[in-house]
Amino acid sequence: MDLTTKYMGLELRHPFVSGASPLVDDMAMVRRLEDAGAAAVVMHSLFEEQILAEQQATIEALEASEDSFSEARSFLPDSQHFRIGPDQYLEQIRRLKDALSVPVIASLNGVTPSGWLRHAKLCESAGADGLELNVYYVGNQRTDTAEIVETRLLRMVGVLKEELHIPVAVKLSPFFTNFINVADALDAQGADALVVFNRFYQPDIDIDGLEVVPSLRLSDSSELLLRLRWLAALHGRVRASLACTGGVHTAQDAIKALMAGADSVQMVSALLSNGPEHLQRIRREVEEWLEQHEYSSLSQLRGSMSLDRCPDPAAFERANYLRVLQSWRG
Amino acid sequence: MGSLDRTTTIDANEATASVAHRLSEVIAIYPITPSSAMGELADEWSSHGQTNLWGQVPQVVEMQSEAGAAGAVHGALQSGALATTFTASQGLLLMIPNMYKIAGELTPFCMHVAARTLATHALSIFGDHSDVMACRQTGFAMLASGSVQEAQDFAAISHAATLQSRIPFLHFFDGFRTSHEVAKIERLDDEALRALVDDTLIAAHRARGLSPDHPVLRGTAQNPDVFFQCREAANLYYDAVPEIVAGTMRRFAKITGRHYGLCDYHGHPEAEHVIVIMGSGAETVHETVDWLLARGERVGVLKVRLFRPFPAADFLAALPRTVRSLVVLDRTKEPGSVGEPLYLDVVATLAERSDEVALKPRVIGGRYGLSSKEFTPAMVQGVFEESKRATPINHFTVGIMDDVTHRSVAYDHELDIEPQDVFRAVFFGLGADGTVGANKNSIKIIGEGTSNYAQGYFVYDSKKSGAITISHLRFGPRPIRSAYLIRQAQFVACHQFDFLDRYDVVECAAPGAVLLLNSRYDADQVWEHLPREVQDQVIAKHLRLFTIDAYAVAQATGMGRRINTVMQTCFFAVSGVLPPDDAITRIKESIRKTYEKKGAGLVEKNFAAVDATLAQLHEVVLPSAATATHRRPPVVATQANDFVQRVTATILAGHGDLLPVSAFPVDGTWPTGTAKWEKRNIAQEIPVWDAAVCIQCNKCALVCPHSAIRAKVYAPGELDGAPETFKSTDYRGNEYKGWKYTIQSAPEDCTGCQLCAMVCPAKDKANPRHKALEMLPQAPLREPEHDNFAFFLDLPEVDRSTVRPDVKTVQFLEPLFEFSGACAGCGETPYIKLLTQLFGDRLIIANATGCSSIYGGNLPTTPYTTNRDGRGPAWANSLFEDNAEFGLGIRLGVTHHTERARWLLRQISSQVGDELVAAILGAEQHSEAGIAEQRRRVVTLRQKLQGNTSPLAVYLDGIADYLVRKSVWIVGGDGWAYDIGFGGLDHVLALGHDVNMLVLDTEVYSNTGGQQSKATPLGAAAKFAAAGKSTPKKDLGLIAMTYGHAYVARMAFGAKDLHTTRSLIEADAYPGTSLLIAYSPCIAHGYDLAYGVEQQKLAVQSGYWPIYHFDPRRSLQGESPLLLDSPAPSSSIKDFAHNETRFRMVEQIDPVRFRELMAAEQREVTSRFAIYEQLAKLVVPKVPTAGE
Repeated sequence: MDLTTKYMGLELRHPFVSGASPLVDDMAMVRRLEDAGAAAVVMHSLFEEQILAEQQATIEALEASEDSFSEARSFLPDSQHFRIGPDQYLEQIRRLKDALSVPVIASLNGVTPSGWLRHAKLCESAGADGLELNVYYVGNQRTDTAEIVETRLLRMVGVLKEELHIPVAVKLSPFFTNFINVADALDAQGADALVVFNRFYQPDIDIDGLEVVPSLRLSDSSELLLRLRWLAALHGRVRASLACTGGVHTAQDAIKALMAGADSVQMVSALLSNGPEHLQRIRREVEEWLEQHEYSSLSQLRGSMSLDRCPDPAAFERANYLRVLQSWRG
Repeated sequence: MGSLDRTTTIDANEATASVAHRLSEVIAIYPITPSSAMGELADEWSSHGQTNLWGQVPQVVEMQSEAGAAGAVHGALQSGALATTFTASQGLLLMIPNMYKIAGELTPFCMHVAARTLATHALSIFGDHSDVMACRQTGFAMLASGSVQEAQDFAAISHAATLQSRIPFLHFFDGFRTSHEVAKIERLDDEALRALVDDTLIAAHRARGLSPDHPVLRGTAQNPDVFFQCREAANLYYDAVPEIVAGTMRRFAKITGRHYGLCDYHGHPEAEHVIVIMGSGAETVHETVDWLLARGERVGVLKVRLFRPFPAADFLAALPRTVRSLVVLDRTKEPGSVGEPLYLDVVATLAERSDEVALKPRVIGGRYGLSSKEFTPAMVQGVFEESKRATPINHFTVGIMDDVTHRSVAYDHELDIEPQDVFRAVFFGLGADGTVGANKNSIKIIGEGTSNYAQGYFVYDSKKSGAITISHLRFGPRPIRSAYLIRQAQFVACHQFDFLDRYDVVECAAPGAVLLLNSRYDADQVWEHLPREVQDQVIAKHLRLFTIDAYAVAQATGMGRRINTVMQTCFFAVSGVLPPDDAITRIKESIRKTYEKKGAGLVEKNFAAVDATLAQLHEVVLPSAATATHRRPPVVATQANDFVQRVTATILAGHGDLLPVSAFPVDGTWPTGTAKWEKRNIAQEIPVWDAAVCIQCNKCALVCPHSAIRAKVYAPGELDGAPETFKSTDYRGNEYKGWKYTIQSAPEDCTGCQLCAMVCPAKDKANPRHKALEMLPQAPLREPEHDNFAFFLDLPEVDRSTVRPDVKTVQFLEPLFEFSGACAGCGETPYIKLLTQLFGDRLIIANATGCSSIYGGNLPTTPYTTNRDGRGPAWANSLFEDNAEFGLGIRLGVTHHTERARWLLRQISSQVGDELVAAILGAEQHSEAGIAEQRRRVVTLRQKLQGNTSPLAVYLDGIADYLVRKSVWIVGGDGWAYDIGFGGLDHVLALGHDVNMLVLDTEVYSNTGGQQSKATPLGAAAKFAAAGKSTPKKDLGLIAMTYGHAYVARMAFGAKDLHTTRSLIEADAYPGTSLLIAYSPCIAHGYDLAYGVEQQKLAVQSGYWPIYHFDPRRSLQGESPLLLDSPAPSSSIKDFAHNETRFRMVEQIDPVRFRELMAAEQREVTSRFAIYEQLAKLVVPKVPTAGE
């Protein structure tokens, strides 16, 4: 069965990719992913904000006690030989490139225009085959209107497309006033892929300690539905290729995502809970399903249930919502 | 001067270490101020692969003590390797035994000493020649440098000359004054060193090395028949040294163009009065001689370079034949001698040889500059004047006022001879604000960017928090010989506005000088906020005043509280030492160099700060007369006693130099309880208490490193007369029913570390961001809280016998250790404070040298204090290495007095009453009630002894206090306990006497700057282990447990405060030796210590720092003596390590190595915990004791 797909200009053996996560930080895990046949790997995001904070904290810790006491010039070894920055991340790109034959996609979350560009270029020169922009938070002022936020995003993608030679994917949140409009605009800016959707870090509350505590919840299949709807809406209407991320746990999930129009399927939670080998299992099951259902290739299935091609487009739209509600009442 | 590319701007430590590193194969080191930097640099260079002259990276090894370092170099030398070491002061003394051996074996070797005062009546980290003079009899050749240039050059000359002469060399220069002076010098490049050092001599040294291929034997034991002759057999080698050194100096001159002699004379060719001197003082005399020559005086200076072997012939040859009077100045004191060493040598030389050379000058000797005491041209002139008198004072002192034995030479305090073409600038900064770093950078910019010579010298505070730094910078067209502080500056900068209220900042401003202030006030308002004293001087001296709100600029550009870049930009903008544009380009270039590897963001922020500065810098239009009504507040409160007013306050005001000899104790004995008089007001924010939210846990008081937040319970009636804003609430709890409760901060003593607010668990339920303690700006609270704190202190102390051994009520006990100079957030001092709360009124502390002796005993004020009865900790510091032995000796003495008192009591039992005697002898003294009862009995006893003149009664009266149990504590850091003092600690453990050892474990040598000790954990970076320590931390507790009879506990107050409190109480009560190992967060760990408590929790949770106690008495019951007080590790070591720069920097240098080290540390932690778990389960079979 021909499962090949083209994602952000990269030829992939099949659509199943290990999504942005710390999975590929550990070389032992990387080897398992490779054995499981991941078609590409996306690295966890390089957070510019974190780098800046760490630089500041480290410099303060070092400098605050320098040259202030007669018996010691400083209290830690000379810092000129250590670097606080993206070096380790870039080193990991190089290591992954050495270890893997499949594409390595770096992921970046910037906070400043210069930071986005600088780090993007560093990822490119470290050998990344593509760059996924993790657009986690581009509005940071209360006074930023939707237009300002969107314009900033578009301008940034435009600049990156101009300056980089590698393809650029944009990982988006669904929270735009008119998502399709933004997607179209990104497409026009030359984004090579749109990744739907980002999952957000959602802190929890400790009711005894009266503290906000970080929580990490893995996705489940129920989160897929939001993705299906928008993938279906985008398929065939943008030049950019599409990736589904969030909610693919089973072969059925994957088939749905592909039918809705995804060119690639990124998995994280499923691999974290079942191990990298799960990727191979899903690929095999999808392949079997295609064979059982007498599809000639994956491309025959891709986008078959998109808005343009599905038997009942209205079902993807508002009516769908109404019907669900009515069935509840009933 | 040479071409620009051959100059460099560095201090003598670096200049010397650079030569030594390039000319050595093995370097054995141990940190000691002021020489530590030499070892650190050598280690750094080697760890980065920098090679010696022969392409090999020198091996650098840190030893457990200087004695160890000396042993290691002795061994390396015996193997035929080229070895070196760096040291000072007591460290040098520890090397003396090996120095005799190395010299006796005619071994080429050169060591470098940043000469420092030896501890006598007091320790001093500063410079004089008392340490090197204690080595003049070892057989080492000694070469003295007087400047940074000479330190580099003489280092090279020493290394070369020792190879040729086979006599080992001690090369020295003045600690701090030279070791820490940054100066522009001509660099010695590799070619120069190669030309100077003869490889065939190195081969000869190597050939003499021990080898089984051509075996020899050294270190025989000799007998009366031959030892003497053998000792004389080396004479020819010593005789040859002066000519060898002179020859090396001639070759050096050919290579570099710099000429030196064994004794260099400078001055009038027909001088009548000549000063003979060594070290940096010679430069000041040189400068003053030039000034006097220009005024027609016939004076000169003879600089002795080679001190051993004393070059008598060269000395005499160098002296002008016209000299009538010689003054020999020594930078040391040898009480009881006829004179100091250089003086004696000169006198003997003249006595032996003057007939040959027809010289019979009058010779007098004098002492100057002990412990880096200033030595100025004014003093030099005073000495010359003294030398002209018919009957000068011999064995005089200069620079102090000796009003007891009247041996001081008078001089004109106002004399200032510095030429106008030397630009002088003085900067007053705060330790943490980056002032010194910025100034070092400015010196480099000017030194390396212009043809000017540059000099920088930095005066630091002895406090570790809120410390003031004073930078003295000179720039001029000639090499700068002024080895003394600037007295008349053309530029004065005050980087902290509050300093104007505390120090006479403007005193050093020359007429017409520029005064630059960092001020939160606008240019048109700053004038009215200046104290009257400052205004008067600004007007009288016609100063120009500039102001900038540097903190605002720093804040706006993301620099936080680092104002260094802003103030440096202002300096160049206002001073005119460089064209401003050129200066800004150079500042930016150096910012780029410093930060580009650490992050482009940091470079951008600093650039933004530079760019934003000029627009905010304003010149203040000055009125014609002073207008201020407010004056600088008194240094100490008027309630302070006479000694504090006369002595302490003078030192605090920065005028300690003016105090006469008679003002001081003769034996180093000082009163305690003086820190409370020094109101430093260094906290930006202080804790403010909300009684309604507070749950009264007293954890804030427990964690406070400075005893600056306290808790009290008291009867409601005590509130009469409370200040209006004094806060009080009902006490919650079954004890002290119906009483009131207050948490009170000491606003002027708090350092603002935030630990109390961080540890506070009490949150407002409706608004959990608000806690019972909140940090709020200090300035508006200063006055009311000052009054509140005073009222709080006057409230009665709790009855000690009502206090239970828990965290909460123990914190009602008065701390007798307060307001030390320890770092904000110090992790050591909470333990010491707790110790004084628990046992302070019967506590004797033997304190090892280190952080705890510096914040515990550094003048001007000291933190140990007394209670209302006048009782409190008695404290003494002996040395670094001997603290366990020192404390043991105290215990033996105390025990002797106690036993003697008990014996006497029995002897005169019938006279004072058998019942009282029986009660005293049988008293229970392990509870506060028991102690109080015993104190009352002793009072009764004394009453009964009154009027009894029998010798036994008189004796007993003198020592009756020893009938009350004393608690002897031996306190020190891990450098002492794990390394240099371990032998003694181990011995004291083995002996089993009733002493308690408290190890404040910061896991590095904190006081000298974070060098690794054997307590440093695997994976952490420390100096001498910059790439991360690769071996695990020594398990001192486990070692102590193996004795079986010592009480051992490992504690972390932030993780389990009750365990810490109980461990201290049990250790005191345990009738044998106790060893307590206390986890102490430290600035050397590289994180904001406000999180110190959190980190301690993580340390325990992750198994990094398991806590336990080991009580040998439990084994008598057949139980395991070890009780593990930590649960099994519940988080990984990485969770803990990632918060600290000492670990993170290893990752940032080499992530692969870091991963390996962390994995190894995780294995170590897991296996160590498993061992403890096994030990804790171990049941020892009960063996009947002799009586059973």
